[in-house]
Amino acid sequence: MGHVSLKSLNKFYGDLEVIPNLDLEIPEGSFTVLVGPSGCGKSTILRLIAGLEEVTKGEILIDGNDVTYLEPSQRKIAMVFQSYALYPHMTVAENIGFGLTLAKLPKNDIRKRVLEAAKILQLEDLLERKPKALSGGQRQRVAIGRAITRNPKVFLFDEPLSNLDASLRGQMRVELTELHSQIKATMIYVTHDQVEAMTMADQIVVLNEGNIEQVGNPMELYEFPQTLFVARFIGSPKMNIFQGKVAAKYQCQTLGVRPEHMEISHDGGILKGSIRHIEKLGADTLIYSQISGYDTVTARIIGKLEMNIGDPINLKFSDNHVHRFNDGIRIDS
Amino acid sequence: MPVHKMVGLALRYLLLIWIAMIFIFPILFMVVSSLKPDLQLLMDSSSLRAFLPVGDISFNNYTSAFDRAPIFFFIFNSVMITGITIVCSLFLCSLSAFSFVFLTWKGKGVVFAIILATFIVPFETIAIPLLLIVNNLPWIGLEGFKTSWINSYHVQIIPFIADALTIFLFVQYFRDLPKDLVEASRIDGATWFQVYRRVIIPLSGPIVATAAILKFLMMYNNQLLWPIMVVQEETYRPVMLGLQYFFQLNTQWGEIMAYLTIITIPVLLFYLVLQKAFIASIASTGIKG
Repeated sequence: MGHVSLKSLNKFYGDLEVIPNLDLEIPEGSFTVLVGPSGCGKSTILRLIAGLEEVTKGEILIDGNDVTYLEPSQRKIAMVFQSYALYPHMTVAENIGFGLTLAKLPKNDIRKRVLEAAKILQLEDLLERKPKALSGGQRQRVAIGRAITRNPKVFLFDEPLSNLDASLRGQMRVELTELHSQIKATMIYVTHDQVEAMTMADQIVVLNEGNIEQVGNPMELYEFPQTLFVARFIGSPKMNIFQGKVAAKYQCQTLGVRPEHMEISHDGGILKGSIRHIEKLGADTLIYSQISGYDTVTARIIGKLEMNIGDPINLKFSDNHVHRFNDGIRIDS
Repeated sequence: MPVHKMVGLALRYLLLIWIAMIFIFPILFMVVSSLKPDLQLLMDSSSLRAFLPVGDISFNNYTSAFDRAPIFFFIFNSVMITGITIVCSLFLCSLSAFSFVFLTWKGKGVVFAIILATFIVPFETIAIPLLLIVNNLPWIGLEGFKTSWINSYHVQIIPFIADALTIFLFVQYFRDLPKDLVEASRIDGATWFQVYRRVIIPLSGPIVATAAILKFLMMYNNQLLWPIMVVQEETYRPVMLGLQYFFQLNTQWGEIMAYLTIITIPVLLFYLVLQKAFIASIASTGIKG
């Protein structure tokens, strides 16, 4: 349960069109991540699905039912906000059970469902605390708990990890992915962090100025970006982009090569320059080189590297790992 | 501590003491004078003795004041009129502010601007038209059907329930509350009224206290012009009209001071109860400002 279809979805704020005619299918039970830079419309799409914003044109279907003009509470969705949006005057238990209290369920049932959610999220010992007495991670869990108890068809997450520190974010990524495989509900997750998108999603939707650039699973997007925008956006460090002579050699306007496909050449290479910066990550090393005629070129080298900043460097790449683009669109060889 | 810092601190305290004295001395004068006979009160008023409980001190003025006017009855009237107005005002003004901040409806901006514009209209300018209106309004109460609101409690309550200042205070406070809470509760299945009652109002303690205190002062202290116009019977008179009892024939200043001291007590009590929340609200408004 929980197939979401967006059909010709269109949203204006005054005269400003933020979502121009968008079609998207979100399969039942999938973990779909909407990703894109700030202002690309990803949060707006989530809020349209939630019913927090009114659709200008188009339809939103959940399991085939048109929910476009239904109240948020009637859409069988639950949402986790970036700010957690916990009610400060209520305890954790009251926060988690608020939706059930409003639905006038018997107190015993509410208690039972709150305890079930608390058990899944390891919140049993915190049920009588107020939100201000919780850490960021615990608050996030309470917000998720509140979503779980409503037993929704679709979970909506609006950048839920962006207020957490890096280590907690990593931990919560794992917990959310485990939660998804445990409850098997459809989850739609908005983030601008492509690492979150790559590590959590079954399906990634890359958005740019309200338009879908590409939909696919993380590895499809990584290995076969269909547009230059996706090529640049997905992957960390970013893909190296070459134009001019290097691109012309491959009969395209723009050529992309991932940092891990760059190699140091000892017998002269296609790219000659000097090392600008080195990042030693332990298992591998990132070299940022200044190549004449191009921006900084990044190479990921496995293991340690005995070179220093300012040293001359020659880089090359294999023909099998190039991504060719004309007018921003991929051309397959 | 360096000398220049100590001098600065001393100056600051002197300034604060001076400001505090400006506020305290009239009250001190009133309380001290209420304990003195009229002759001594008038003699002392030209010296610092006016602020000191010295000379012929007694509670005689209080006994005479109680003999001259039904003080407790007037206090009861005032507290009841003020109390009912505050409760109704907090409810209606917060509800309209909620609508201005969280609901979407056509003409919201214009209506809010009109309400704000009433700020600059002094009550004195609308008193006569208002009198003409209430004089012809029908009312069904415990005493049956009446063709006018004159001589009643409700004529002193209903016209003062909604006011621009209270609505404005609530609007400002609600605007600072996180919108996510409202959206989360809408998704949780709350109706708009449930959002108001179960989410917004429980988070609005400081502004409720502030609005209540301001409304109390507005109502309790200003019950003079309007009651003179609309209340002729003693039954419905508030404390401020009670002052008239002391200005007949020969004015007894000691008794007036005793009367004023007594009627100040409810104000002080009300403020003491709500002062923590009041200060918190003023402080938080300053920070957010």
